[in-house]
Amino acid sequence: MTVAVVQFGGSNCDRDAVRALDRVGVDAERVWHEDGLPGDTEGIILPGGFSYGDYLRAGAMAAHSPIMDAVRAAADDGTPVLGVCNGAQIGSESRLTPGAFTTNRSARFQCEDVFLRVENADTPWTAAYDEGDVIELPIAHGEGRFEIDDAAYEQLVDDDRVLFRYCDADGNVTDAANPNGSKGNVAGILGESETVAVLMPHPERAALAELGGSTDGQGVLEGFA
Amino acid sequence: MTAYTATVTVRLKRGVLDPEADTTQKALERLGFELSDLRSADQFEVDLDADSADAAAERADEMAERLLANPTLHDYDVVVEEQAK
Repeated sequence: MTVAVVQFGGSNCDRDAVRALDRVGVDAERVWHEDGLPGDTEGIILPGGFSYGDYLRAGAMAAHSPIMDAVRAAADDGTPVLGVCNGAQIGSESRLTPGAFTTNRSARFQCEDVFLRVENADTPWTAAYDEGDVIELPIAHGEGRFEIDDAAYEQLVDDDRVLFRYCDADGNVTDAANPNGSKGNVAGILGESETVAVLMPHPERAALAELGGSTDGQGVLEGFA
Repeated sequence: MTAYTATVTVRLKRGVLDPEADTTQKALERLGFELSDLRSADQFEVDLDADSADAAAERADEMAERLLANPTLHDYDVVVEEQAK
């Protein structure tokens, strides 16, 4: 499995993603968006950062980069695709996943550790956990508030496509534990296929024990293993 | 072909939280202004040549659909005017 970590101008979590994937035994390489996907691509990460300076809306410009046509085609063929933070914004702007990630309720950039409750453990991205598990990952975003119309939200829930919700340390999904005002405390969702996922928290920043923090993010990255 | 300017205004849909507008409103109130509400919007002025105002509007509409607006969050409107000679 070779995972392509797609670099756009302004991506800044691409190296972290490669290193974290290496830690869980997955080969990965950074791929400049203008160079297209390598022929041996078996998985794709859209990493965090500030592609194109978040011009217009976070992720809007990168979503229309030519490589995204190839990413969508690969996703349609079953290649696992994971969008993290800015990569999640790119994923939703390019319609890989429904809804949108927009300005935090606080109108501020927030950089903090959060707790997430695993809502569906029957996906490649969450198979390492049990449903109801509480994991700890960092967030670092100004536009992470998940928005979606009510009907589409109900459908998402009915289809069991919510991966994670923001919660407190005991797993209670409360407004106080919602860092950015996301609808239903949603932090990560699946696309139409379970091989496509986006989330605002950073699993790749919680994968190396020597950094002293949580290593709960390894489980998400093991979705590529 | 005629030169037009299409003005595309992109607004958050009613009911979508607008933290930047809320913050701006609070700042205005701190300055002593009285106001009951404030909404923010993005406006794009697109200069383009087209056969007719309708054709110009159609192209600007597609720009909004495909990039300038996000259908999950936004409504938009397009106003086309012929450029002054």
